[in-house]
Order: sequence, then C-alpha cells, then structure tokens
Amino acid sequence: MLKINNLHARVEDKEILKGINLTVNAGEVHAIMGPNGSGKSTLAAVIAGKEEFEVTEGEVFLEGENLEDTSPEDRAHKGIFLSFQYPVEIPGVSVTNFMKTAINESRKAKGLEDMPAKDMLKLIREKSEMLEIDRKFLSRSLNEGFSGGEKKRNEIFQMAMLEPKLAILDETDSGLDIDALRIVANGVNKLKSKDNAVIVITHYQRLLEYIVPDFVHVLHNGKIVKSGTKDLALELEEKGYDWLKQETVI
Amino acid sequence: MDLKEKLVSSFLAFENGVDLDHPVHDIRTEAIKNFETKGFPTKKEEAWKYTSLNTLQKIDFSIFPKKESMLEYRDVKKYFIHEIDTYKIVFVDGVYSSFLSETTHDGVDVCLMSSALNKPMYKQIIDVYFNKIASKDDSLTSLNTAFSREGAYIYIPKNKIPKKPIEIVHFSTGNEAALLLQPRNLIIAEENAEMQIIERHQSLTSNEVFTNSVTEIYAAKNSNVDYYKVQNDLTTASLIDNTYIDQKDGSVVKVHTFSFGGKLTRNNLNFYQNGERINSTMKGVTIIEEKQHVDHHTLVHHIQPNCESHQDYKGIYGENATGVFNGKIIVDKIAQKTNAFQQNNNILVSDKATINTKPQLEIFADDVKCSHGCTIGQLDEEALFYLQSRGIPKKEARALLMYAFANNVLESVRIPELKVRINKLIANKLGVRLGFDL
Repeated sequence: MLKINNLHARVEDKEILKGINLTVNAGEVHAIMGPNGSGKSTLAAVIAGKEEFEVTEGEVFLEGENLEDTSPEDRAHKGIFLSFQYPVEIPGVSVTNFMKTAINESRKAKGLEDMPAKDMLKLIREKSEMLEIDRKFLSRSLNEGFSGGEKKRNEIFQMAMLEPKLAILDETDSGLDIDALRIVANGVNKLKSKDNAVIVITHYQRLLEYIVPDFVHVLHNGKIVKSGTKDLALELEEKGYDWLKQETVI
Repeated sequence: MDLKEKLVSSFLAFENGVDLDHPVHDIRTEAIKNFETKGFPTKKEEAWKYTSLNTLQKIDFSIFPKKESMLEYRDVKKYFIHEIDTYKIVFVDGVYSSFLSETTHDGVDVCLMSSALNKPMYKQIIDVYFNKIASKDDSLTSLNTAFSREGAYIYIPKNKIPKKPIEIVHFSTGNEAALLLQPRNLIIAEENAEMQIIERHQSLTSNEVFTNSVTEIYAAKNSNVDYYKVQNDLTTASLIDNTYIDQKDGSVVKVHTFSFGGKLTRNNLNFYQNGERINSTMKGVTIIEEKQHVDHHTLVHHIQPNCESHQDYKGIYGENATGVFNGKIIVDKIAQKTNAFQQNNNILVSDKATINTKPQLEIFADDVKCSHGCTIGQLDEEALFYLQSRGIPKKEARALLMYAFANNVLESVRIPELKVRINKLIANKLGVRLGFDL
C-alpha cells in the first residue's frame, strides 16, 4: 500500500525528516509515536503532499506509484486521507456542501459524473449515523464554532464519506473526552478492511486501546528509532521516551 | 477644452431645457458656481489621495446624449433580478425608459425625479427635501446638483410598505463615443415606512461612461430602508456614487455595496444620525482584478446619543487592482452611549495589487464604544492545504476560501433572489463552478 524509502524533508533550512523508511501493507494499522518535535506531523503532511515541505531525498510510493510532484488533491483522489490535528474553519460553507464538493471533485478527477443527490443524501445519512452525528450539525458551517471533539468527529465523518485507501490520523485523540474517543475509534474500526490501511499518530497509548495497531514505530529526531508490536506502546507509556533517546546516542 | 470648462459652459445650454423659475434652479445656479470655483478634486486633497480623476478628465464626454436608444427587454433581462416581481425605474443613456420600467402611484410613489421637479403636487416635498442633506460644499455633488433633472423619485408615506422591491437601473448603450451621466435620486421613507432598493449601473458596450450620481435618502422615525448597490460594470465604465442619508429616531438604514467591476469606482457613503436609537449599517464586498480601482469612503456622523453604526467591508484584490477604504466616524460631544463598529478586511491575491485602508475616528463624547480594525493578508496556506487534501483542486479551494472570507457580508441580504445572484456573481468572479449553489 504505502512504501517510504529514505525520506528526507525540510522546511526552509530546517531538516525535519532525516531518512524515514516505512512499509504499510493493506489491512494493517500502524501507530507512530514520539516526543514533540520529532517529525510526526511533518511525516503526515509530507505523505499528504503539503507543498511547504521540500522533499530533498527519498521517495513515497502509493500502490507502487511514486508520488513525487503529485498535488495534495491528486493524492486525495488516489486515496490518501489526512485527518488534521487542527481542522480549519470555513465560514459560510456547510459540512454537507463541503462534502458534496469534495466527493464530486474526486469523481470528476476519475471521469465520473456528479453523485446523484439522492445517493449523496443516503451516504451522508448512513455515515453520520455511524459516527452518531446530529443532522443539524451537518448544516453548520464547516468547523466554525465546533468544539475540539466535534472537529475531530467531523474529520472521521469526512474519512467515512471519502473512503480512503490510506488514512492518516494526526493526533485525532487530542481534545477528545473518553466518550468521543470511543465513538471516533469505533468509526475508524468500522471503516477498516483488508483493502485499506491506517496510520495513527499519537502521543498516548490511550487511543491504541481502541484502535489496536499491528505495528508501533517510534519517531525521534526525524528518524524511526524503534519499531515493534503494540507492546512497545505500553512500554513507552510506562517509561516515557527518554530511554529511547539515550539508546539512540549509543 | 478640458472637462471642467466644457461642463461649466454647457450649463447655459442645460438651462434652456429646464424651468428657470422653479426654486430648484436657484440651487442649481449656486451649485455650478461652487463647482466652477473648486473644480474636480485632485490628489492633493486628503480624501482623494489614492484616487485620481485625471485620466477621466482627458476624455471628451458627451454631456447631453443626442440620439435616443431602444433596448429590448430580453437583451437586458439578465441585469434585473428577474426571478421576482419588482418595481423598475430604468434609464437608457440617462433618458427614462417607460418601456422597461414599472412605476407606481398606488399608495406609494415610485417614479421619476423629472416628474417630482415639474409637477406642482410634489413641490412641497421638493422644497422640504431636495438638496437638504447632500453636501453644498463637495464639488462633485455640486456638479450633479447643477445638472440635476432626472433620476429616481421614491416616496413611501407613513406606515406604508411597497408591494415589492424597487430596482433602479441605468444602462448605457454606447451610442455616444463617451458619455457622462448624472442621475439624481431622492428617496423618502416617512414614519414606519419600509422599502428595499437595488441600484445598478450597466454599460452595454466598451465605450467610455462616467457616472456621477447623487442619492439623498431621508429615513423618518422608525422607518426601515435596505439599499443594495450592485457594481459589476465593464472596465470602461467609471462611477462616482455620492449617497447622503438623513436618519431620524429609531430608523434602520442598511446599505450593501457589491463592487465586482468597473474602471474606477468611488463610493462616498454619508450617514447623518439626526435622532436617537438609530441603526446605520454599511456592508461591502469588493472583488476586482486587472487595473480596476474601487474606493470606499464612508462617513457616519453620530449627532445624537444612543445610536449605533456597523461597518463591515471585505476586499479581494487580484492582478494590478487597487483598493481604498477610508472609514470616518464622528461622535459629537452630546452623542453619549454611541456604539460604533468598523471593520475592513482585505486579501491581496497578487503581488501587484494594493489596498490603502484607514480608519478615521473623531470622538468628542466620553461614554462611547467605538471599535475598528483592518487587516491585509493573503489566503491562509494551511486552509488551502486542508481543502486540497480533501480532493478539492487548488483553484476551487482558493475560490471556496475567498467565498468564505466574504460570506458574512452576504448574510444580511434580505432578498433571497438577490443573495443567490450575488453568490453567482462571486462564483463567476472567482472563475469556478463549485459543487453546490453558492
């Protein structure tokens, strides 16, 4: 599904990713953990194609296709989805209209007609019920005045609507209370299948109790310094990151 | 001969066509003297620092159109809010078109300035209102006053509401190589009266047009006036809009200005709060590109206590476009408990576009709430990435963000069909087809 080879990226003069190697197969859940400033969000943004970051070395492949020079919208059309840590507020554009635009733009890119209004409504109803989203919520302006939890739930709703091949959840658990966390995690689990993959970026082990990863990677100073199974997350929770930092020095 | 000389010498010819014994003619005579003394404003004047009329003055404008022009409704239908029934006061090259208009005297007067000036039954109202709130000092207003004889005349008596919105539309056909138009509107809402007006100036060919318009609005006690200005003209059309509004106790007047096109557009919007518990609202969306220029000069004079004013102007400037916003608020010493709010936000889409924005507050009372803010920025890159990451192409994403930026100004538009039209104009301006009806 996703293959990252020796990826280096920088913003302006600052090198943030310093040689990332990662393979994610269909059907897998990978967790990426690590201290603040280790490059987790940068990695997510680079996979999604944010132009602010310059890839100086290495490649990202999606289903064997090199994504070099591929715009964020084209990556979305190919099936990459990034759930934002800080979703942006768009006043005057309702959640429903935003999703219609996003879905129909994707269809257009694939040479398909707009989705019939009836099907769109059905899809919206189905997915909003799954995430326990109130109908009124859908007619509100996108993210405007949403609580932290509502914003994150709305991100997963968008993921459900767009049905990506590869979903990257960037700190989706931050700002969520335990009930919201459960709803969001349930949503992600329902969307999981043998044909898609999920990368969960998080600080804490908490989310991983609900979305159980097949692999856990620790990112430090722009490199993956340790990989393991879900037990690694528990170890990190217990010991913190300092022991890893020391190990790296040695 | 420069334009000023031409205008001054044309006044004699103009006098041949009007009633010299009417009291209004004394007002005209005074006005031409003021214009002759002052001439066109120059960039040396603070209020005209960023807007030059030099190029316009070099054009040989016809002051009186010679030929009559006919327009078919089907050819100009799109410039009306044709989805709904409206009263229409339509002028073609400055001449009233009864064929395209729909006026009324059924309980309210929606008709012509020329009738109001010529018919004895209106004499009393003209005596009371004509040129009373308009500036006698401003040279362009004086120029309009001197040549005033045609425009819209709207009189809504006490407790009346017209059955439908009123459209005032000025077409120019290009029958003259270059045409100067000077419409003069008088709009009166008596106590508790209400009305909605949509004004548009539309050039139909690329021949030069220069409109110097003056509108006086009198809003009596507890009256309610909604005024929408749609400025989406060709790049050979220039407009100077001078609007003066006199408000009495408890009246609400809202003016929305949508500036989407024109060579040079200057809006002088002046509110005078002659009463208490008054609400004056000014909203504007400006989206221009090429070498277009839009200048908003607003004035709110808080003369009495317990009133409010709200100003919210959004501007999006592309290519070599230039914009100006100057918001002047005067709060007199006795105008305590005034609540004045002013905001001007701008996005520069190109490196070559410019905006000059300036709040100008003169506050003489000590118990008031006045706030103002202006911003100049670019589109938020993070927001752009967010939309793109959902599969929305960059161009559409930019448009969506610009739409969102301007959106809250549209919320207060109370004619739904007009709102739809403005939304379409915005989508058109931004060059996109979005996946839903804007």
